[in-house]
Amino acid sequence: MIKVENIKKSFGDEEILKGISTVFEKGKTNLIIGQSGSGKTVMLKCLLGLFKPEEGFIFYENEAIQNMDDEQQRTLREEIGMLFQGGALFDSMTIEENVMFPLRMFTKNKKSEMLERVNEVLERVNLGGVNKKYPSEISGGMQKRVSIARAIVNKPKYLFCDEPNSGLDPKTATVIDNLIQEITHEYDITTVVVTHDMNSVMEIGENIVFLKNGILVWQGNNKEIFSTDNQDVTDFVYSSDLFKKIRDIQLKEQ
Amino acid sequence: MAYLEDIGSYFLMLKRTFGGFTKRSVLKELIFKEIDDLIIGSLPIVIFISFFVGGVIAIQTALNVDNPIIPKSLIGYATRQSIILEFAPTFMSIIMAGKVGSFITSSIGSMRVTEQIDALEVMGINSLNYLVFPKIIALLFFPFVIALSMFIGITGGLLAGVYGGFTTYTDFTAGLQDSFNSFHLVYAFIKTFVFAFILATVPSWQGYYMKGGALEVGKASTNSFVWTSVLIILANFIITQLLLS
Repeated sequence: MIKVENIKKSFGDEEILKGISTVFEKGKTNLIIGQSGSGKTVMLKCLLGLFKPEEGFIFYENEAIQNMDDEQQRTLREEIGMLFQGGALFDSMTIEENVMFPLRMFTKNKKSEMLERVNEVLERVNLGGVNKKYPSEISGGMQKRVSIARAIVNKPKYLFCDEPNSGLDPKTATVIDNLIQEITHEYDITTVVVTHDMNSVMEIGENIVFLKNGILVWQGNNKEIFSTDNQDVTDFVYSSDLFKKIRDIQLKEQ
Repeated sequence: MAYLEDIGSYFLMLKRTFGGFTKRSVLKELIFKEIDDLIIGSLPIVIFISFFVGGVIAIQTALNVDNPIIPKSLIGYATRQSIILEFAPTFMSIIMAGKVGSFITSSIGSMRVTEQIDALEVMGINSLNYLVFPKIIALLFFPFVIALSMFIGITGGLLAGVYGGFTTYTDFTAGLQDSFNSFHLVYAFIKTFVFAFILATVPSWQGYYMKGGALEVGKASTNSFVWTSVLIILANFIITQLLLS
């Protein structure tokens, strides 16, 4: 569980996060959604400790990240898995080396044990036979799956995903979404996904935080989001023609 | 003001580079990889340039001292002095600023653009120690490259001088040994160590703190070459003043 209390973050004179408080629950896929420039990525980077908020606290379980010393932060980060927008795979390493990387850095396991775990997680993300390939030799969707494998290989307590579907076709995007949700339940971890993809919201939005101009304006789940009367949320949800048409059909049927 | 901030961030980078050490077994592998990339990978171009520049120095010296009073051994002497004092340590370092420096900046810059550095940080790894420290250690072997450059340069001068008909083997080698001051070698290697540190850290700083996309990686590589060269020239002047004047 991650608890956020009144965090504020500015860059120069521009205030990006204007006092956000919320809870990201364990065992659920928590989504941060909103338009571009709403502060989603800044919030994610604050959660990860890459940005320091000027005010407020971020609690991992009951420990505020701001009060942790360097060693405690390092230990916490070993418990974090991260799926970056572009995958962020190390391009000088093979797929196997990429996935093995957290194990090599943080465990004293034998190479054979590490290889066994690597193969296990690669199988889990439905990627077999690519161990010796380099990231540039596989597709974008496969790179995302490798990135998920790398994120979970060390059995993290927290999984963060930054726009996991960007640049993917709808079918592959659904595969990635489902994989993230399955892994969240399977490992019983706290997952936070930053996205503006409505398909992801529908598929895996168990707890959704909607941001607008650095303010949390709505929180709910993927069922509630379609029935809310919050104007900002409905404007966002029905900004796509597809969702507008679905709504019109539903209204006609009623 | 911006320059002061840059200088400050450079020294802060150095402070972080020498702290929060990466796991020893991983670091050892990284150091060997950097030695391969930065030192072994540079040898062919160093050998090629040193050989021919050594030859050119010998030929130009010969053509400029055609007075019969001046001994032919001067060709060997001038070649030795030029190569040991300036060409090998300083100009080879500037050439390496183009090859090694650009490689360092573009590789770290690409990692920044593609969020690979963020990935390291999120995992709790000190990315500066992971990326920059092995380069600094690898470039401690740079004096070996310069020693090789000196040897190949002088060999190039000898071959060009003798086979070009400008001098004889005996005259050239007599010149090589004439008034040899071993402190000149000490001076050359002291400055080589300083240049190696500049070569490892300035391009790393340029790559690590760059912002933007692929175009900015290119600009950072160019800036890296310019600043590394400027600092090498300045350091060369200061060290020469301190040690030789």
